[in-house]
Amino acid sequence: MAELVSLQEAVAAVVKDGDSVALEGFTHLIPFAAGHELLRQGRRELELIRMTPDLLYDQMIGVGAARKLVFSYGGNPGVGSLHRFRDAIEHGWPGPLEVEEHSHAGMANRYVAGASKLPFMVMRGYSGTDLVAHTNVRQIACPFTGELLTAVPALNPDVAIVHAQEADRDGNVQLWGIPGVQKEAVLAADRSLVTVERIVERLEPRPGGVVIPGWVIDYVAHAPGGSQPSYALGITERDNDFYREWDVISRDREQFQVWMQAHVLGGEGA
Amino acid sequence: MSAVAPDSGYTTGELQTIVAARSLAGKRSCFIGVGRPSTAALLARIVHNPKLVLVYESGTIGAKPHRVPLSIGDGELAQTADLVVSVPEMFNYWIGPGQVQVAFLGAAQVDRHANLNSTVIGDYDHPRTRLPGAGGAPEIATGCAEVVVIAPHGRRTFVERLDFMTTRGERTTLVITDLGVLEPRDGELTLTTLHPGVTVEQVQEATGWDLRVADQIAVSPQPSERELAALRELVNR
Repeated sequence: MAELVSLQEAVAAVVKDGDSVALEGFTHLIPFAAGHELLRQGRRELELIRMTPDLLYDQMIGVGAARKLVFSYGGNPGVGSLHRFRDAIEHGWPGPLEVEEHSHAGMANRYVAGASKLPFMVMRGYSGTDLVAHTNVRQIACPFTGELLTAVPALNPDVAIVHAQEADRDGNVQLWGIPGVQKEAVLAADRSLVTVERIVERLEPRPGGVVIPGWVIDYVAHAPGGSQPSYALGITERDNDFYREWDVISRDREQFQVWMQAHVLGGEGA
Repeated sequence: MSAVAPDSGYTTGELQTIVAARSLAGKRSCFIGVGRPSTAALLARIVHNPKLVLVYESGTIGAKPHRVPLSIGDGELAQTADLVVSVPEMFNYWIGPGQVQVAFLGAAQVDRHANLNSTVIGDYDHPRTRLPGAGGAPEIATGCAEVVVIAPHGRRTFVERLDFMTTRGERTTLVITDLGVLEPRDGELTLTTLHPGVTVEQVQEATGWDLRVADQIAVSPQPSERELAALRELVNR
């Protein structure tokens, strides 16, 4: 059963140096507050897993918290490049970054295999592209038809961290809007933390609501506004202006460091 | 991209968006990314095809945004969608089996077979430019029946040899640029349409291989007043 604790306690309890960590949320509900807390606690050598690294992993890579990145789309959506991500891969700054990349379909199916506790999932894809030679997939023959398919290995992160709109006092969680791969990530991981906008007495069913029961979650922490500059549908708005500003802030190493110190590492939240 | 076509009163970028929107007349559904493809698909819903189903890879199917979204996961997409699904469901139930008819894709590099690179410029292990990567493109391009590539026409983009093959081009039906339209003929992209005022030589000059040219070349109709007014109203919302 999920324990309701502070964000600081929860992050300290679930993440250790060297862990593989998936902070998921597909454009929506990105767990920025938890990621920032993890940086304030000085976690290092992490294997960061996310379909879309987004600004959060750009920040985590830029401060040198990551050893490896597993991903499928490393851009600033609608704006352009993730400059810290590019600097790490193109110039090894602030340190070398190992990369394993997939397609979105591949990453999604890797989470499905992980949540299913199966060794792999099968799909059509990858074949005929240069991705095959640069990532971890295998060709497999369908045992019924002989069709050649692609096997993608299960993702079972040490830790999954996701953000949701609400939880009740037993740690049952409900999120709605774009559901991404959050349920799969929580079920695939060894340990999990869900941060929420609000704690409620009872979860009221919502159209399209995804409920994750408290008994598959380790910790729930109250973190209002915890997905900003991403958003929690119905509660906060995506800060599109900040996504554009990040393009400027993150372009220069020193400016990035000053911003991180002032808004993340030195204080509470961004 | 925003150069004004000579003696026209519209930009080449506007024309490219308008031509892309026209390609969605009569189509059932379209998968779209952000930027110009999204603007074109919204314009198609206004001018040509109000019932066009817009699908964004974030999981929003049948989204009806009033404004052009910045990201593929803006809140308005989820709020206006017919249904919102998880990423695994999007790719396994909707994209992979071909439930979505048309896809709009962009890329940093396009070759003569409409294969696309959105991964790296230069060597993979020591890239000159690290691009965002595959995203949904590889499976979208093999799942959807028709793929429309929207790209700026220049030698940096239209290359003899891709630095990395991210996405296969065999389902591409149209490549819409700011100079004209290419279509596959026997598997090779062929210039079939010029935008008004553009010459074959200009297109050849902006293409990194010896470009095939169709025997009969069409010219894109000038943007109508209605198209231009609707586009400008849309981007100013």
